[in-house]
Amino acid sequence: MDLLEHQGKKIFASYGVPIPEGKPAKSARKAQQIAEKLGTRVVVKAQVRVGGRGKAGGVKLASDAAEAEARASEILGMDIKGHKVREVLVERADKAIAAEYYVSFMLDRGAKAYLGMCSAKGGMDIEAVAAEEPDYLARVHIDPLVGLKPSHLRRMLFGGKIPGEHHKAVGALISKLYDCFVQGDASLVEVNPLIVSDEGEAIALDSKVALDENALFRHPEYEKLDDFSALPKQERLAKEKGVGNFVGLDGNVGIIGNGAGLTMSTLDVVANFGGKPANFLDIGGGANAEVMANGISVILSSRKVRALLVNIFGGITRCDEVARGIIAAVEQLGGAKVPMVVRLDGTNAEEGREILRAAGVAGVHPAETMNEAAQKAVELAKRRKAS
Amino acid sequence: MSILLDSSTRVVVQGITGSEGTFHTRRNIDYGTNVVAGVTPRKGGQRAIDDRVPVFDTVAEAVAQEGASASLIFVPAPFAADAILESVDAGCSLVVCITEGIPARDMAEVYPYVRARGVTLIGPNCPGLISPGQANMGIIPGEITGPGPVGLLSRSGTLTYQVMYEMFTAGVGQTTCVGIGGDPIVGSNFIDIIARFEDDPQTEAIVMIGEIGGDEEERAATYIAANVSKPVTAYIAGFTAPEGKRMGHAGAIVSGSSGTAQAKKDALEAHGIRVGTTPTETAELAVKSLG
Repeated sequence: MDLLEHQGKKIFASYGVPIPEGKPAKSARKAQQIAEKLGTRVVVKAQVRVGGRGKAGGVKLASDAAEAEARASEILGMDIKGHKVREVLVERADKAIAAEYYVSFMLDRGAKAYLGMCSAKGGMDIEAVAAEEPDYLARVHIDPLVGLKPSHLRRMLFGGKIPGEHHKAVGALISKLYDCFVQGDASLVEVNPLIVSDEGEAIALDSKVALDENALFRHPEYEKLDDFSALPKQERLAKEKGVGNFVGLDGNVGIIGNGAGLTMSTLDVVANFGGKPANFLDIGGGANAEVMANGISVILSSRKVRALLVNIFGGITRCDEVARGIIAAVEQLGGAKVPMVVRLDGTNAEEGREILRAAGVAGVHPAETMNEAAQKAVELAKRRKAS
Repeated sequence: MSILLDSSTRVVVQGITGSEGTFHTRRNIDYGTNVVAGVTPRKGGQRAIDDRVPVFDTVAEAVAQEGASASLIFVPAPFAADAILESVDAGCSLVVCITEGIPARDMAEVYPYVRARGVTLIGPNCPGLISPGQANMGIIPGEITGPGPVGLLSRSGTLTYQVMYEMFTAGVGQTTCVGIGGDPIVGSNFIDIIARFEDDPQTEAIVMIGEIGGDEEERAATYIAANVSKPVTAYIAGFTAPEGKRMGHAGAIVSGSSGTAQAKKDALEAHGIRVGTTPTETAELAVKSLG
């Protein structure tokens, strides 16, 4: 779960990571009020989950509240790489910046350890620093059972070529950021730039935070962060209906599978037969009739979908439940709106097929194998397009 | 012959009285798995699965009284990492964790602990493993395969069943089939399992099923080229996956240009490993690789 800058900063602050004073605003009027209260020069920043907003004109300085209102009205509604700006962050920007650095922590899958990175080259794309000036980038692995020790911190500071006079302030911020990363169950915390002011304070000027969705049960405070309104319409609907893992794509063959691997493979096989998948939907291990019905209705909420392919291999999911779900869904929707190719195999597959046969629902086409099912769904989608 | 699991393996099931635990333990026992105990805290002294299995409060008791050596975990995600530690501390040498949704931090802490003690952890977020004709630990439907000469390993559950089933239909079974799990951090990686198949005299060919995310497939490709004498066939899922979207599994995500299906396929093929285009073709290639 990727957070907006202001959401990430709120979490930073709760772990004592210093951030500039400021507040988010969804209207220019609100931005003006926040700037008025701050009473200093401010920066107005587009809140989008994508990089490069500065270059796109989504970050602007304003010397007073009236100017903040004007800048906010320019930025709100902007389209930055396909992301519509619905919110700005208004922050005080009255400190003279002495230096800009980079700090991050993430989970390194390959090393199966935490990775801390630090660089004196802040404010730049860190992948460019890694490629062009690797001597300025410290990469330090931290054993999760040991935690961040002073030696790790020294390797980050010296390795990143942070000047000695800033070690104390930057080191303190890094320690707090590590606590935030671990205690906060983040998969990534990044500060770029981390600034040191003329007075020697270290401040997180930006935030990039991704949270581990599997750990939400430990953090009731995160629930309000998941901003459904920022998601594409179908994905929002899928979340609201709790149908599991849905990813929208461009094609016209709707896909439901059970298990991530089989569902991904179903998309690939559809593409192999010349079809275009409309979505990825893994209804998961314990999928029941209700989940199946909701899943079908989410997919059919797109007018592009011309055929639906349900590919189930039963392990935890029992095919009789899947079959009942398909019948319930079709009943709820008042009949099969698009042709549905259904393939059931594995646990209770025979019972599942029998349930489908007995119900005799029009527009539901059984298929024996995965390839046959994919081929049939692609053909049906093409035929409907032509008609 | 098989790797990791056979009919003599003494299995304890953690979470045996839960609905999934009960459903799958019954299937595992019916398959022939030697389930000697179950564990559910505060239900010690009861018997589960139609009175066939004694239930204990702790894994330590199950090990002491029933000689359990392998643990199968069906515990809910918030408690699953702790369940893994409990079975390691109790002396189990094999731990299989089916649970999906364990926080990455929990696994980041559990992984070095488990590895340092020489315990083999399979999963989490996996279907378990089966040595066809002998024993089944987990949720793989046993009826869709049988004993044979192929060692199968995969990051996925249902996709594995698909390939197993296609091979079985062609008359070829497996020594052992291992679902290593779809999370960013799993207890055993491709290389750990491939090394065991290479050492197993009954395994004549290996099938490896990967997917987008991370670089385990690329590492495995390098390892296979240097260390494996047996034919290896691979399949990669997720060619149609867009960048930056998690495709169901917590670990299945293309980040920038890394972790793509194409990069994995290229790495495998560069090391002379055949990669099937569909699960069906993969099964066919695997069957042919037996010569």
